[in-house]
Amino acid sequence: MNEFLLFDPLFRVPFFTGLCLAVALSLIGAFLRMRNEWLAALGLSQIAAAGGMASVPLGIPVLAGAFGAACLATLIRSALPRVGNSHHALLILIGWSGTLVIGSYADHGHVIGETLLRGQLYFTHIWHLAGSAVLLFLVLGLYKWLSPRLLKDRFFPDYHMANRIPSWPHSVLYALIVMAAAVLGTISMGAFPAFALLFVPSWIGFVMVDGWFRSVVASVFIGCAVYVAAFILAMLADLPFGPALTGLLAFAASLRLLTALRRRNIEVSGDESRFHYLSPPARNAKK
Amino acid sequence: MQSGELLELDKVVAGYTRPVVGPVTFSIMPGEVLGIGGANGSGKSTILRSITGMSRVFSGRINRTEGLTMSHQWQRPELPPELALLGGELYALLGADRDNPPGLVRPIMNKPLYRLSGGQFQLIQTLACLCSPARLVLMDEPTNNLDGRALDALSEILHGIDQSRAVIMVSHEISFLEKHCTRVVEVGV
Repeated sequence: MNEFLLFDPLFRVPFFTGLCLAVALSLIGAFLRMRNEWLAALGLSQIAAAGGMASVPLGIPVLAGAFGAACLATLIRSALPRVGNSHHALLILIGWSGTLVIGSYADHGHVIGETLLRGQLYFTHIWHLAGSAVLLFLVLGLYKWLSPRLLKDRFFPDYHMANRIPSWPHSVLYALIVMAAAVLGTISMGAFPAFALLFVPSWIGFVMVDGWFRSVVASVFIGCAVYVAAFILAMLADLPFGPALTGLLAFAASLRLLTALRRRNIEVSGDESRFHYLSPPARNAKK
Repeated sequence: MQSGELLELDKVVAGYTRPVVGPVTFSIMPGEVLGIGGANGSGKSTILRSITGMSRVFSGRINRTEGLTMSHQWQRPELPPELALLGGELYALLGADRDNPPGLVRPIMNKPLYRLSGGQFQLIQTLACLCSPARLVLMDEPTNNLDGRALDALSEILHGIDQSRAVIMVSHEISFLEKHCTRVVEVGV
């Protein structure tokens, strides 16, 4: 592929599908990280891939199979009294082995398995774009309502219960959004690229800037910037998109190191005021 | 439940899969700071959780006044390893006035949580509950990890608490309870 293909109308739907997902997944990744549930994203992506693969022998659409499997995993996860990363790791193992085992029996299984695990954004259709756009509008529209509720759940777990405020609306909606993100990300980009978008941007964003909203914005910006760079790189260098995106996101994680070095230099030079955490005695001493 | 009471526990036996504590009976009026003392593992925290609904009530009754609002400071809150939420954002999460915090927490209002010490994190969580508009504040071992200055600040806020509100405070430090509480209930004795 070359630079002429970059502006080909054929690639508009894939580009905007990916862009919607880059924004939505980076933002949802910030919630997952805040709740220490980021491994759940990979578990659900792998399960969605297995469900998508199972749809082939069952003769149902891939999207329905992926949603069904992710829905089942979400229901089981919600029914457990305590869910931790061990459970999410188990989801990953079940999803990965399920995808490959079912794929070995299904017609064209290896091709579909490759698409679901590695991703093939260029073959997305208008309904991928429609689904991703709906997810994006849902996430952006609900952010202001969802964010304080999820933060309260994280730091004051019985706040809603103690005040007799029903917590099921935001809990169910959040679970559905995470599930939809994992499924749409997996069938559009592949399980690992979708997980990379859920995991890496907030991992960088949370150490780059201070403040909840600012760090969420930074995460979304990083996710979008790396996505656009990966799309251009994959087109110009004729690379598979999924691995190009995952590799670039992994490379972008080095920004964490730069941030840490910058903070350390500022602390050593004594100019801590840029990070607004001077204690009063230290501030007085500077005067 | 008598008129004016915010909350009443009547012979409450509480626990999780099996009973841990009880029967416990007490009530609290506005303006009171009620202490709950007892040895480690006696079920003090379980009582607070039974009030919020997080632990199971096996027998007895918990009566609460209509529309009672609560905040609950948890024992040993987990300090998130990397979360850019600022101290001030956590402080204001339950409705405390972020522009007018107690003096001791002002320097950490703009500091991200992952840069706070365990004591600073404990203090800001405690004050987020105490300075929120909730009428009943439940505090579970609020003195954990706090240094002398933080304890003094906590004492000052406890003594100045609005007369329409009340506090139930669990602590294994009987001297702190006796100094700050209007009444102390012992459990597990």
